[in-house]
Amino acid sequence: MSLAMSHALALDLERVRRDFPILHKPVRGRQLVYLDNAATTQKPRQVIERLVRYYEQENSNVHRGVHYLSEVATAAYEGSRSVIQRFLNARSEKEIVITRGTTEGINLVAQTWGRQNVREGDEVLITAIEHHSNIVPWQMLCAEKGATLRVAPVNDAGDVIIEEFAKLLNERTKIVAFGHASNALGTINPVRQMTQLAHDAGAIVVIDGAQGVPHLPIDVQQIGCDFYAFSGHKVYGPTGIGALYGRESLLEAMPPWMGGGDMILSVSFEKTTYNALPYKFEAGTPNIADTIGLATALEYVAALGLENIAAHEHELLTYATERLQEIDGLRIIGTAREKASVISFTLEGVHPHDIGTILDQEGIAIRTGHHCAQPLMMRFNVPATGRASFGLYNTTAEADALVDGLKKVIEVFR
Amino acid sequence: MSDLRELYQQVILDHNKNPRNFREMAGATSKIEGYNPLCGDHYTIFLQVDGDTIKDVSFTGNGCAISKASASVMSSMVKGKSREEAARLFEVFHKLVTGDASGVDAAELSRLAAFSGVSEYPARVKCATLAWHTLNAALEGEGQQAVTTE
Repeated sequence: MSLAMSHALALDLERVRRDFPILHKPVRGRQLVYLDNAATTQKPRQVIERLVRYYEQENSNVHRGVHYLSEVATAAYEGSRSVIQRFLNARSEKEIVITRGTTEGINLVAQTWGRQNVREGDEVLITAIEHHSNIVPWQMLCAEKGATLRVAPVNDAGDVIIEEFAKLLNERTKIVAFGHASNALGTINPVRQMTQLAHDAGAIVVIDGAQGVPHLPIDVQQIGCDFYAFSGHKVYGPTGIGALYGRESLLEAMPPWMGGGDMILSVSFEKTTYNALPYKFEAGTPNIADTIGLATALEYVAALGLENIAAHEHELLTYATERLQEIDGLRIIGTAREKASVISFTLEGVHPHDIGTILDQEGIAIRTGHHCAQPLMMRFNVPATGRASFGLYNTTAEADALVDGLKKVIEVFR
Repeated sequence: MSDLRELYQQVILDHNKNPRNFREMAGATSKIEGYNPLCGDHYTIFLQVDGDTIKDVSFTGNGCAISKASASVMSSMVKGKSREEAARLFEVFHKLVTGDASGVDAAELSRLAAFSGVSEYPARVKCATLAWHTLNAALEGEGQQAVTTE
């Protein structure tokens, strides 16, 4: 049996698709073909039902009450942290801070470790493929501190040029931040190698894992990074929830970010003692239900097998890339050596926005625009692209539907 | 397909492919940029206004078919018009693309009628109105500042 066959058997697509109610909802009178997974993924009924069960049977505040429901809610919330810890292979639950998502995680690091450690003349290094959320927080930090933001360039394929990246590292570099995978091009960065290089220069490493977690098995110990931020909604979980992994020794030494309840041990008007990790970074009543929903989503993908998902998505990427090349005037932007299942493209003579509208009439959802990566669009000299991004429930038939839809686009514009 | 032809009418496809007045203008009395950061539509509109009369209009830039065709049709329709007439056309056009047909008559619309399908696509209204908002800002003398319909 070929590898591809065994994967196809390992991921029972028909069964998987039945888990996602929205895939069976007609859109504009057609069967939905959802290819906007890099923006957000759909949710399996396991996650939806878990949220309902929490609110119907377990809802209470956490870490406070002595009553039954509070104990149940606290156990479910802390149990979820443990699921996230194991999913990322962090050493301890203390290293998992619950956030609203990747953006909040990156901002937390910039506003705490960054403000404490970055001084005038220091440097922060990012890469040219970053999402705005991994650019702007560092710009804000650099502006405040009089530090300099450096950007490692990419080549025409969309790979970060590692030699140039290495050359930009020096004794002034305090923070190196890069995406695990690019939302706009699909490029998967050699995160282990980049982390090693950054550490050799004495910098800390922050990884934007928003597009890594849905597509790749993650092991923060193996990568060796100091921080890793991700969002639940990109990995079949709820919106507005995510987590930040942080190395315990760094988190210990960092000042808190937001003040409030839950992040304190004791408060008097003279002095406040902060709570232990990870609570020091979780001020206020947390998003309990969605944290539990996130853990349910991680358990869902873990049960399907992350390797199986990665293999299935790779097949879809290869198949769709090949089929799209049949289309005259279609140019794929981003042909990195290693890619997540994201295909950015332009079509000669047709603006991506018009492509998006016409595909939408066919029930096909893709993203069009600059994908929150304007500097990257400038690098490739395109104002915008169309982007098809595949998730675990997509099929090769849906890639065919995309190709047929694009042929219709050409028909309209011919 | 029939719904799509409603949006992408022949006039729009034609003006997209062969935009009228698509050039820079030497000696423009005002020049203003219109930009939709979310979709990347980006135009510069050049005007030559003499007293109350719009003597000449041209534009450069890039964007989707709806935005480019709209800029092209607009340029051909407001040339030679007074400020007030241009403002009235924008008002009528705005009503058309937002689906408010009150007080709009077909004769007044002329080629603008090709954009009637836009009202079915709320996400595309800003594409259709970008050039008009930009023209409006230029006529109201908002100087060289960029305009956005986001």
